Amino acid sequence: MTEVATQSKKGETKPKNEKPKAVLRDDYEHPMEIYLRIERFPHIWCATCGIGTVLTAFISGLEKSKLDIEKVTVVSGIGCTGRTAGYLRLDSFHTTHGRAIPFATGLALGNPKLKVVVISGDGDLTAIGGNHFIHAARRNLDLTIICVNNFNYAMTGGQAGPTTPMEAIASTAPYGCYEYPFNLPFLAESSGAVFVARWTALHIRRLTNTIAEALLKPGFSFIEVICPCATLYARRNRLGDGLDLMRFYHDNAIIKHGANTREVDIEYQKQIIVGKFVDIDKPTFLQQRDRFLKNKLGNQFIPYKEPVS
Amino acid sequence: MKADPVGVAKGSYFMDGDHACAEGAIAAGCRFFAGYPITPSTEIAERIAERFPKVGGMFIQMEDELASMAAIIGAAWTGTKTMTVTSGPGFSLMMENIGLAVMMETPCVVVDVQRGGPSTGLPTLTGQADMMQARWGSHGDYELIALSPNSSQECFDLIITAFNLAEQWRVPVLFMMDECVGHMTEKVVIPDAYEITITPRKFYRGKKKDFKPYKFNGHTKIAPMVKAGDGYFFHITGLTHDERGYPLINAEAQQTNVQHLVDKINKNVDKISIVEEDNITDADVIVVSYGISSRVALKAVEFARKNGIKVGTLRLVTVWPFPEKRIKQLASQVKAFIIPEINMGQISLEIERCAAGQAPTILVPHAGGWVHDPKDIFQAIEEAVA
Ligand SMILES: Cc1ncc(C[n+]2csc(CCOP(=O)(O)OP(=O)(O)O)c2C)c(N)n1
Ligand code: SF4
Ligand SMILES: [Mg+2]
Repeated sequence: MTEVATQSKKGETKPKNEKPKAVLRDDYEHPMEIYLRIERFPHIWCATCGIGTVLTAFISGLEKSKLDIEKVTVVSGIGCTGRTAGYLRLDSFHTTHGRAIPFATGLALGNPKLKVVVISGDGDLTAIGGNHFIHAARRNLDLTIICVNNFNYAMTGGQAGPTTPMEAIASTAPYGCYEYPFNLPFLAESSGAVFVARWTALHIRRLTNTIAEALLKPGFSFIEVICPCATLYARRNRLGDGLDLMRFYHDNAIIKHGANTREVDIEYQKQIIVGKFVDIDKPTFLQQRDRFLKNKLGNQFIPYKEPVS
Repeated sequence: MKADPVGVAKGSYFMDGDHACAEGAIAAGCRFFAGYPITPSTEIAERIAERFPKVGGMFIQMEDELASMAAIIGAAWTGTKTMTVTSGPGFSLMMENIGLAVMMETPCVVVDVQRGGPSTGLPTLTGQADMMQARWGSHGDYELIALSPNSSQECFDLIITAFNLAEQWRVPVLFMMDECVGHMTEKVVIPDAYEITITPRKFYRGKKKDFKPYKFNGHTKIAPMVKAGDGYFFHITGLTHDERGYPLINAEAQQTNVQHLVDKINKNVDKISIVEEDNITDADVIVVSYGISSRVALKAVEFARKNGIKVGTLRLVTVWPFPEKRIKQLASQVKAFIIPEINMGQISLEIERCAAGQAPTILVPHAGGWVHDPKDIFQAIEEAVA
């Protein structure tokens, strides 16, 4: 266990390198357990589900970023992915469907010292929460958004959503989906995101590095992770099991850093362009606000300070 | 605790209810505001937008009311006092996350400056038809607190009470103004900061590892809170949960959780409820009212008294939780309750329920757009004693 991984950084009761106490069994040992609410395990996710991989990559990325984990807050909406917040031993909030971003906005502006991360599903973030998504990006709020794209509304049984590719079958698209899907990196970039990347659940090392990078990037960062949902999406479309989907990613994912986001659409069972697409610098909402108001109001301006307990 | 002088604009003003509400919120210590413009509440947001940068507050205009409500709950968990304001259609959009605030037991204040509905209805004209929505608007079983001011001065004074109640009971408090109260300009006196009493956030001080965000064993003790970022690594959810804040999806957990949410308000009505009574003791008829209707009713009451009718008045300053016990007591001693309200009968139903047949309840309805003609209220009083 690394030092960064020790929760009691401020040296409360635990000496730094003492093994964290497991809750379920005394012999439980997992390098990530201090970041997890082990007492809540087993988790709800199916075997081979990609969400667990994203959780693992997030924890590794967080360690790598060396951020003070006391100041890292995770917010999720509702869905299979929405359960992520509940398994992380961080300050974590499981909110309402689609509203993770505005809830996170309140946290991030209420205490600018926090690093607020949103981990949620494609439906949650870009259908019911789509309006919040584009506006948070437009404002360049200091948020990191990790979107698990499994091409369907998994939690509710595999309905079609804004990311379901044309032709793909879903429970509410029994003859195949005939709507145009979102190209999420393009949506994020054109809305104002300063950091945009996409990986699949197969690209664990790259995803981890990208998460670490995004966590340290001021402003609105967006990471789309293409994830297997073997239980619903793959089963309905006869795409095989989780392993088959990983094989598909292996054979069809093309790494193109700096790709034009306009050209990274995902078509049904065709190539998936992955990589870091956007990484630009732009003042965040708060930097912009404080500079602007200071300029206009001079000494009358009192900057916002988070409350003390 | 006394108010922070930075936020108290001491002085005597000629001010409308909306502006007074904004000043009251700032005096109460509100430093986080998220909202979306809508008539007739916009002036509150405008005043906050102007004042906040000068008092160290954080103002953000969100993309809609769903976002505004979610943002103030998130911000509340950073330890700050938060508010949003809206009217009619926006209030409907806030319902989903008002439920989240109830479930997460998050203190915050939601102002609804009521206008005529349903739908877009009468954007610029008054109404009082959201009173039941305030009580039942979000899905599921819950209790919360709703207040109803009737003057500019009270918009200032009572919004401070609203913030204090929110902290005391860890509950969203709804501030049910109406367009008349919001847009009526009258004298407002803002006192010295030391004359304003503020209920601060109650923070947990125990061992980090023992912290639980909720306490379900007894409605007398409300669990103290922590802030995000302080190293408690806490989790909270809109799902049914246990005291640790962890989801528990079964009937037993539901019973415990919901019972707690309901009990903490219902079993403390006497501590929460504020009613204003006048000439009640020997009254034959009691006019029960709230908001602007309580001011209009005074004219009718005055006239009735001149005509020798013994009329008392009861004003609901807090509308929810309902002063059930008090209405029951009064029902046994009066000939009738008269309820003028700018809706087709909402609070009158509640009075009827509490009176339980002991005294008739006479509704004086008004569909909205304007206040009652006092003559209509007088007529109802006259008929009740005839
Ligand atoms: C307001 C509202 N509408 C609908 C639902 C039902 N619902 C729960 S999760 C979900 C879809 C989740 O899909 P996604 O965000 O893609 O997450 P996934 O389960 O695929 O990880 C829906 C529609 C809800 N909880 N709230
Ligand atoms: S239904 Fe799909 S997304 Fe949900 S846990 Fe199972 S595999 Fe994962
Ligand atoms: Mg999904």
